Amino acid sequence: MNAAPPAPVPALELRGIDKRFGPVHANRAVSFAVRAGTVHGLIGENGAGKSTLMNIVYGLQPPDAGAIFVHGREVRLRHPHEALAAGIGMVHQHFMLVDTFTVLENLLLGDPDAQHVATGRAAAREKWARLAGEQGLEVPLDAVVGELPVGVQQRVEILKALGRKAEILILDEPTAVLTPAEATQLFHLLARLRAQGKTVLLVTHKLREIMAVTDRGTVMRQGAVVAELDTARTSPPELAEKMVGRSVLLRVEKGPSRPGKVLLEAAQLAVADDRGVPRVKGVSFQVRAGEIVGIAGVAGNGQSALLEALAGIRAPTAGTIRIAGQADLGADPAQRRRLGLSHVPEDRLRIGVVTAFAAEDNLILGQQERPEFSRRGLLDRRALTENCRRAMAEYDLRPPDPRLRLGAFSGGNQQKLVLAREIEAGPRVLLVGQPTRGVDIGAIEFIHRRLVALRDAGKAVLLVSVELDEILGLADRILVMAGGEIMGELPRAEATEEKLGLLMAGVRTEGGA
Amino acid sequence: MSAPAKLPRWADLALLPAVSLGAALLLSAALVAVLGENPATALRLLFTGAFGSGDAVGYTLYYATNFIFTGLGVAVAYHAGLFNIGAEGQAYVGGLGVSLVCLAAGGWPAWVVLPLAVAAGAAFGAAWAFIPAWLQARRGSHVVITTIMFNFIASALMTYLLVNVLIKPGQQSPESREFGANAVLPAVHELLATVGLKVAPSPLNLAFLLALAAGGLVWVLLWRTRWGYRLRVAGANPEAAVYAGIRPGRVTIGAMLLSGALAGGLGLNELMGAQHRLTLDFPGGAGFVGIAVALMGRNQPVGISAAAVLFGALYQGGSQLAFDLPRINRDFVVVIQGLVILFCGALENVWRGPLARLLATRRGDQGGA
Repeated sequence: MNAAPPAPVPALELRGIDKRFGPVHANRAVSFAVRAGTVHGLIGENGAGKSTLMNIVYGLQPPDAGAIFVHGREVRLRHPHEALAAGIGMVHQHFMLVDTFTVLENLLLGDPDAQHVATGRAAAREKWARLAGEQGLEVPLDAVVGELPVGVQQRVEILKALGRKAEILILDEPTAVLTPAEATQLFHLLARLRAQGKTVLLVTHKLREIMAVTDRGTVMRQGAVVAELDTARTSPPELAEKMVGRSVLLRVEKGPSRPGKVLLEAAQLAVADDRGVPRVKGVSFQVRAGEIVGIAGVAGNGQSALLEALAGIRAPTAGTIRIAGQADLGADPAQRRRLGLSHVPEDRLRIGVVTAFAAEDNLILGQQERPEFSRRGLLDRRALTENCRRAMAEYDLRPPDPRLRLGAFSGGNQQKLVLAREIEAGPRVLLVGQPTRGVDIGAIEFIHRRLVALRDAGKAVLLVSVELDEILGLADRILVMAGGEIMGELPRAEATEEKLGLLMAGVRTEGGA
Repeated sequence: MSAPAKLPRWADLALLPAVSLGAALLLSAALVAVLGENPATALRLLFTGAFGSGDAVGYTLYYATNFIFTGLGVAVAYHAGLFNIGAEGQAYVGGLGVSLVCLAAGGWPAWVVLPLAVAAGAAFGAAWAFIPAWLQARRGSHVVITTIMFNFIASALMTYLLVNVLIKPGQQSPESREFGANAVLPAVHELLATVGLKVAPSPLNLAFLLALAAGGLVWVLLWRTRWGYRLRVAGANPEAAVYAGIRPGRVTIGAMLLSGALAGGLGLNELMGAQHRLTLDFPGGAGFVGIAVALMGRNQPVGISAAAVLFGALYQGGSQLAFDLPRINRDFVVVIQGLVILFCGALENVWRGPLARLLATRRGDQGGA
């Protein structure tokens, strides 16, 4: 990337931004400058303080101390509309769109030019269509937002920000919901915006995005800026080391798999969601002892329903599931566990833990009937505490306090606790959904090691992940899901990002299921 | 990033309710002044009326007994994620069970009658809670609605039974005949008299100890058994319960059965302990006060017992107040109770933030977090 020449006045400059939430020091005297007409990366692990900082810049939260300068002029941002007035636009990770409105109606929300919807509609349509054309952001103005692919929804968000005359565009983890192809399109778009003189601040925890699209980067760790670097002169391992504070293995080493007998089998499995919409449409596959099978795919293509059906949480509408040779399974999670199935759910906060309970109580969730946790008919508190202490030491859970409410642990530690619980249950089959979502790079390495160790111990592991890196790093065989179907299967050796990306986009190749 | 203010446990359990109670009493005092009475006198009367003498304490604890039973019932349902508004009706029907045993007791020894009465009260209360529970578990009818409706049904049923079936022949008032001497719970002043201690007579009876024992039982069941664990998981996160192989429908039914059984204990105190006969509308709103008691007692047995004593004191002291001060009547006492519920339940989070900040800065000054 050809970096813009150093401008004397940065588009956005933060000086000494400080923010505390009680004992948590979320931002420690953060200072950095974003040069005008560049794509600037803000990278850091979860909990590094990126979101807090961006909320401050977008006027959602006041800083305790520090100042913000836009094009050299100090601004006070107490509300998002003040940020917008200063030319700062933001595309949130979770889109701020009304699903049941059309694109145009969404664009009109809060548009100062469109106070009178009835009279202004035609004018508004012309204005937005022209703007979309200028920016190369083709969006169907009359389509209902909820029916559009997420990549298009994101374009609507970007268009909305640009329509408010945003000169500085903040994108918060923009690729989390995109296919690789959509992400590439987004990067092209960002490059085009830069060419038009816009300034882009890209907030992400993904190293590859920093490398792919930014000119410069600011690395945050524990609320403070730890490095400022030129993208052209850095490398992913260096970035990771700066983020974590120590050198990390980005890919866990593992030997070849030695598949044994089939432990988990799905045949022509179909699953519908709560509203009766088919999510999984006749999926068949096998997972053998001693292998990790990865299911790749963009979020929302049926993986969640598939996992829930396999775990017995959701009854399939057709097809069979066979675990360790046993078929005719009802939708009964307790029975699955007795058969030796463990399940690390995708959405652990929603279904995998009880945040109001102590860590030690969460560590028996699903295993509450096991005799080792009871004595004379009553729960054995001492055994529970001891069980938790052991897991905390083994899995490096922090803080190591079994009585601490689970909600007080960080996301990464909660995930490790769920993983510890499900692995220590001694499963024959482990279902893992998004094992490293919201987890720090340092912990990712640890979690991956554990999964490989489980495989090497002769267990069957089914890994569902939207992170291609994770799938490529762990899986021995890769299935790709799109639109509720398995689009194809690839042995790890033959899998490349390009091939997987095509399948994820729904382009079927020979060898498909 | 913005979580609700977190208080240390002691402040959450003791300081916050105390501040809320203080605010409620302060506002009550202001209203007393508006009515033209001296607030200081009123507060003193309220306090001495509840705790000033042996019989006052006896009455306070006697009322508290009712509230402990219903408060525990509400709390058990709450931990399962259910809002049981039907403690009133469950207590009423539970009292029918107690009364049927006591009326049938004939010449049975007291040690046979008591366990039977306890079992019948619990069973009838549980049975009255079962139908709403089943409807919720299997049909999705919300217990808040169905338990309210069942209060009305209980009231109509009991009126019918008392007027047409159980009424003592040859009298006008809808009451059953008196229970035999073997079918009443001994009063505490009688028990103490047998060991030579003289206290003023009051309706406080053995049921008070049964209520405390029920509190202990609830604690063990909820926090020390697998059943209680499943119940609390289902209440705190129903989706996690399904994930963990817990059946929410079963938990709903089990929790409501226990809830109704506990509410049924009210008949032991009110009928077997105090009135010695089945009377019309004997729960007298204790089922609803139980909701406030559970709320204020943080749904924990110890907290519920403390809150029950507080409400017992408001009942008893309030009667004294209404008796002694001409401009204050029973309705005003209900206003005071309402203010306590309002401040301790609904307005609690008003104080939570400032208190948390105050405590945080104080701890910050001491240099530790």
